[in-house]
Amino acid sequence: MSVLAVTDLKKRYGETEAVRGVSFTVAKGEIIGLLGPNGAGKTTTISMILGILEPSAGSITIDGHNVQTERTAALNATNFAAVYAQLPGNLTVEQNMNVFGRIYSVRNLRDRIEHVLKEMDLVRFRNTKAGVLSSGEQTRVALAKAFLNEPKLLLLDEPTASLDPSSAQLVREKIRTYAKNGGAVLWTSHNMHEVTEVCHRVLFVSHGAVLLEGDPRTLPGEYAKKDLEELFITVAREPLSLSE
Amino acid sequence: MPLSRISGILLRQYYLIRHNPTRLSQLFVWSLLEITLWGFISVYLADVAEAQFAVAFLGGIILWEFLVRAMYGVTITFFEDVWSRNFLNIFASPLSLFEYVLGMITSSIATTTISFAAVILFASVVFDFSILSYGAAAFPFLITLFLLGIALGILGVAIVLRFGPSAEWFIWPLPAIIAPFAGVFYPITVLPEWMQVVATALPSTYVFEGLRTVLAGGGVSFSYFIPGILLAFFYCTLAYLVLYRTYRRAVRTGLLARYSAETVS
Repeated sequence: MSVLAVTDLKKRYGETEAVRGVSFTVAKGEIIGLLGPNGAGKTTTISMILGILEPSAGSITIDGHNVQTERTAALNATNFAAVYAQLPGNLTVEQNMNVFGRIYSVRNLRDRIEHVLKEMDLVRFRNTKAGVLSSGEQTRVALAKAFLNEPKLLLLDEPTASLDPSSAQLVREKIRTYAKNGGAVLWTSHNMHEVTEVCHRVLFVSHGAVLLEGDPRTLPGEYAKKDLEELFITVAREPLSLSE
Repeated sequence: MPLSRISGILLRQYYLIRHNPTRLSQLFVWSLLEITLWGFISVYLADVAEAQFAVAFLGGIILWEFLVRAMYGVTITFFEDVWSRNFLNIFASPLSLFEYVLGMITSSIATTTISFAAVILFASVVFDFSILSYGAAAFPFLITLFLLGIALGILGVAIVLRFGPSAEWFIWPLPAIIAPFAGVFYPITVLPEWMQVVATALPSTYVFEGLRTVLAGGGVSFSYFIPGILLAFFYCTLAYLVLYRTYRRAVRTGLLARYSAETVS
């Protein structure tokens, strides 16, 4: 069974269709890359999955729960980290974990906090206010919060964008391990090398619709492109040349 | 486990206030300054008018401040999320809007209690004022005022959610807008007729009219308490419905998603 099932999802703002009938699934243990140029509809799709934007049509289920009608159950099985959603900087790292641990009704919260702080190499920052950490450290705090409730679905919007190569490698390892243990991941990134390394499958979104879908290692070859980056550039500049 | 989710909001406020002198002092400072100013005016009034009038005057100020603190308890909890750009983390979590509101109300109960205790202590030490001069009547009337403060707070949250953080300006003066109609310092019979009509629709009018009756030796009157508390419940429900509709609109139009990702002017 899919952990995330998105079916014929649409979002219209007046005459503008931001998302036009997007459908895809993410299974247990799968890492899916959601790719596309700026304004393609990726963040709109993620916002609808997170329940902060109402679809004009279509449905989203997480772990069998409809996001529209069973919001709490659906979002209890989910968590996320996004570059534009840092945790409150006026709380310490540990205080943030305590607050969000309660909001996500995490059992054995104290043990769980110790675990995620160790996993994200944040133990020495536990009493430091999140706002004074470097952007890379703040990203790790956001990821620690994202792992706090052991979500069945993890949404990651450019999770390694502000990390140094060593920290980014650490994060990729953690996410791969999380997927191996049965977690499902929806990942957006503009780093095509990273996507090729980590994702099992990619979805290219262009003008609000899924244009291409496949294995990031073989997909470029199917369209006579040397790698995912070249394919991305074609999607961004000449999407029609791919759909013909 | 909704209690766990609600406690998350309360815990956040506790962390923010605990070691922060700025946040801690805002619970007391403005209230104590108000009481100092109006306390000395009431001392003067006690010399030139009836002593009972001065007690009612200072009591009115203290109870109005209680209402204002109840409102601010709600709005400041919400503004902490606005100021720290924490919207996405909150609204994309399992926390429902209703639970979020309950979290804000719980925070308000805690901060209002602390603030009110400080004000009562200060007024008693400096101005020899005792809340007990109202007798047992004070407690049920306090509940009515608290509920009205909560209703104003929730309405303020809805206004900011609808118009963006710059609308913060509109919500701080909300208590001052209704104060002339609320009968805090004078019976509403002194108001022009149209203002009296507005006044009868406010729960606070029944509270202050009722308390003046108590001070005049008339005892607690249910004819003041019952309509006051019913109106307060009505406004709480109405304010929540306004907030709910505003929230649904923000989710439908994408305002909440934009609010979460960036600052809305």
